[in-house]
Order: sequence, then structure tokens, then C-alpha cells
Amino acid sequence: MYGYIVRRILTGILVAFGVVTLVFFLLHIAPGDPVSMLIPLETSGGVGTEIADQIRAKYGLDKPLLIQYVTYLERLVHLDFGRSINTRRPVASALIARYPATLQLTFCSLLVAILIALPVGIISAVYQNSLLDNVTRVMALMGVSLPSFWLGLLLMLLFSLKLGWLPASGHGGPLWTWEGLKHMVMPAVTLGTAVSGILMRLTRSSMLEVLREDYLNTARAKGLSERVVIYVHALKNALIPLITVLGLQFGGLLGGAIVIETIFAWPGVGRYAIQGITGKDFPVVQGSVLAISLGFIIINLVVDVIYSVIDPRITYD
Amino acid sequence: MTDRTLWRSTKRIFCKNKVTVAAFVFVAAIVVIAIFAPQIATHNPNRCNYRDMLSPPSQAHWFGTDELGRDIFSRVVYGARISLLVGILALVVGLLIGVTIGLLSGYYGGTIDIIGMRFIDLLLSFPGILLAILICAAFGSGLFPVILAIGMYSVPTFSRITRGSVLAIKGRGFVEAARALGASTPRILVRHVLVNILGPILVYATLRMGSAVLTTAYLSFLGVGVAPPTPEWGLMLNTARNFMRESPHVILFPGVAIFISVLAFNILGDGLRDLFDVKQQ
Repeated sequence: MYGYIVRRILTGILVAFGVVTLVFFLLHIAPGDPVSMLIPLETSGGVGTEIADQIRAKYGLDKPLLIQYVTYLERLVHLDFGRSINTRRPVASALIARYPATLQLTFCSLLVAILIALPVGIISAVYQNSLLDNVTRVMALMGVSLPSFWLGLLLMLLFSLKLGWLPASGHGGPLWTWEGLKHMVMPAVTLGTAVSGILMRLTRSSMLEVLREDYLNTARAKGLSERVVIYVHALKNALIPLITVLGLQFGGLLGGAIVIETIFAWPGVGRYAIQGITGKDFPVVQGSVLAISLGFIIINLVVDVIYSVIDPRITYD
Repeated sequence: MTDRTLWRSTKRIFCKNKVTVAAFVFVAAIVVIAIFAPQIATHNPNRCNYRDMLSPPSQAHWFGTDELGRDIFSRVVYGARISLLVGILALVVGLLIGVTIGLLSGYYGGTIDIIGMRFIDLLLSFPGILLAILICAAFGSGLFPVILAIGMYSVPTFSRITRGSVLAIKGRGFVEAARALGASTPRILVRHVLVNILGPILVYATLRMGSAVLTTAYLSFLGVGVAPPTPEWGLMLNTARNFMRESPHVILFPGVAIFISVLAFNILGDGLRDLFDVKQQ
């Protein structure tokens, strides 16, 4: 098993290297370098060109691409993501300050999604083809199709602007405080609802598969109550494939957090990335995209290792 | 089974599922709206009217007007055109790249397979729509970057399905026979392999259409998609959110349009998948 974990970590490092390389070349090979996007040269004439050259020299963008790539890798090893062109602050420190907020939002959303999806998915599977099952299946499909940014706006309109119950934007501090909790509710529900539809469908299909297994008949024959059979014997086995999917969904949530953070002015990495894109701040875009992707790779790595520990049927060859 | 019998059995199974039929009707309606947008729209979607800003739904403006006095109904109607156009073209891009990678990986195996699949793993390392956002950030706003971004977002799905189907089919007799008859590899790949696996790939393409429409709206909402004043649903929501307190209707109709379209495509895709799923039949 340790061999598997080491191999999985090495693969993770390789994938991370691939992501770092892809992000670099995508942002550098694309037409129009970041500086010309920042300063519209054709409108500012000679002065613009001079300033642009100065900025290029300052950020090393005038050097050959391969040299830039090597310098960029060297800096990354030292966790140096460069400085923001607009604020001149180090991108790494901004990312470190913002990452906890993004993780907090993502974990709370995942919790919301599980709290909705698990009971509904189980009920849907146990009462297969009933009216309840059909209603929950339609709900799941609606959850998948609902644009989360629209749901966020509707919730904001109702609970903040009309009723005044919840704050419309910002981060209210630690989660254990009343203000922190109030600020978290709408972003977490919005993001969690988007994922709950997928999880609901998976819980249902995973439970349906397990419910047909012989060992459940054995459990029933032993005289165990239906509740124990479903919630102890069936659910425990149905949860195993769900854990892998949860890892993948975590990635979806990290991606989705970009949108939700923008709507609710949540001070996370996703909002920082969008601020970087709209402000044409190239080091910010590069740094935040890398931070989110590397976070996703690490989460998947952890999930894979946990999966190999809890499911002894996995072969490590 | 003759073509006629196949068509009848398909029609029978399709019609049995009323929800799928309803979704099909909705999708057909969206296509009609997109094609005949100039005839259906009641106003010019980009004409501003500063004397009639943020007015609620009325007989003159069925869905009301936005912050620049533009008719929301007409913009929603034209928005169907943008969403469908981007969705279809993005799927074509995704299919071209994804199917090519899947075909080559599955057919040749070995090093080509390893390179192809590691590239797909790399694309999958970007969570959610981050890769699409990155492509749009690199190439700037406009229709082409959005189409490319959403196309690339679909590449992993298409290449994996294609590779799996190729692996299942490449050892079959008719492929061996074509090879024995001296057919060239491109001919075998296109005329014998691709033709036989196109069905499931196209079904998945329908399933991805909902996702493509949704991603288009996401990108525009974030300000990295199509540029203003294009009447695109996500972009409409992005600009409208600043005025939703006074005029809630500005966020209602574009959102409903996105939701219904995505839902219809998802239900239709699910239905088609069930239809072609031999095990379920």
C-alpha cells in the first residue's frame, strides 16, 4: 500500500508540473502579451511604447520564452509568484491570505451538498419508481441545470435586499461567530445546491446497486430491522464510490467558488483571479490559477489515498 | 432490422418517455427562436432608450427594459442565437479535438496512447471552469476564445468515450478485414472505426450541449466571455445585478432562459442516452 501512495504522490507532482507548464505557455503564447493588453499602444503613441518596454524589462517579459520559463520555475520553487502589476504587492502573500476563505466556502458548500444529497438520494433509492423518487429525480436534474450565479442573485434579492435577514456580501469573520455564520449561509447554499444535484443522482444509483446485493438479504434473514439494513449495511458500502466522486466534486466546487466569490464579494482566491483578469494583472491570473489547480491536485491525491485505505478491495499494482 | 423498423422502434421508445418528448419540443422551440430571432423580437436588441430605463413588464415591453432602456424580451430572444451558436461550435471544436485524440490513442495504443491520455489528465487537473476562464483570459474576450474555451472543456469527455469505443471495436472482424484488404490507416479510422462509434459520441454531445450553454453564460457573467453589448444571457445578468433591488425583473428573464434551455438539453440528453442504452432496452 505504501508503494501505491508513493507512486500516487509522484504522479501528483508530475501532473502539477504539467499544469504549471501549461498555464505558463498558454498565457505567454496567446496573441498580445500582457503588457500590450494593459497599455493600449495604438492610442498612446510613443510614450505608451516606452512605458510598455519598461514594464516588460521589469517583469522579464523581454527575454526569450524559454529563459522566462526557467526563471518562472526557479521562482515557483521558492514560492515566489511575482508581484501584482496593479497593486505591486507579492501575489504569494495575497494568495496565502485569501486561500483560507476559499477553502472555508468550499468545505461548507460540500457539507450543504452532502446534507441535501445523502438523505434525498437514499430515500429515492429505497422507494425506487415511486412518486417521491420521480420528484427527487426531477429536483436533482433541476439542481444540475440551475445556473448557480442566478440562484445566488435570487437568494440575495430575497434574503438580503427584500427581507434583510442575511448580509449580501463580504466575509463576517470566523465561522463560529454569529456574523461569520450569517455571511456564510448564502454563498454555501448557492454553491452547495449546484453540486447536490450530481451527488443526489450518484447516491441514488450507488444505493440501488448495493440494495440488490445478496448480503442485504442475509442481513434481513438474520432478523435485522430494515432501518439497520439500509443505514448500516447498505449505506456503508454505497458510500465508498461516493468518496472518489466527492474528491472530483471538490474540484467542481473550487471552480464554482470563482463565480460565487464574485457575486458575494467573498475575499477568496477565485475573486482574486477574476480581479486579475479584469484588471489585466497577469501575475495575479497566473498565480491564482496555479493556486486553485494545485489545491485541486492535492485534494484528489488525499482522496485517492483515503480511498485506498478504506477500500481493501483496491489492488495496488 | 430494416431502417423502417429501426425508426419505428426508436419512435416508440422515444414517445414512451413523455418528459424527453417535452424536452425535445423545448429544444426545438429554442432552435426556432434562435433561427427566427429577427422576426420574433419586438425591438432592436441593442437600441437604447434612455427615457424608458428599467421599466417593468408591460404591453410595449413584455419582459420590461434594462438599465439602458433596451427591450429585455428581444435581448432574450437574440440571446438564444448566441447560446446555440457558441454551444454548437464549441461542441464541434470539442468533438474534433477530443475524437481525434481518442481515435489515435485507442487505435495505436502504446506511446501515442500514453501521451494522449496524459494530456487529457492534464486538462482534467483544472477544476470546474477554470481552464475555460484561463483560455478566455489568455485570448481576450470575444466569440472565438469562448468557443475554444468551452470546446476544450468538453475534450476530455469526448476523447475518453472515443478511446473506449475504439478499444472495443478495433479487434472486430470488419476492421481486420479492411486491414487485410490493404485499406490505409486513415481510411480504416474514418470509414470503418469512426462511423461505427459515432452514435454514442453524438448522444454524449447532446448531453454536453446543456453544459456548453451553461458555461457560456458563466464566462459572460464573469466578464471573460462575449463582449458587451452582445445580447448574451450571462452578460445580461452580469450587468443587471446592480439594478435588481429596484427592478427585480432584470435578473428574472435571462436567468429563466438559461435554466429552461439547460434543463431541456439535459433531459433530452438523458433521454437519448437511455434510448441508445442497450441494457435498459
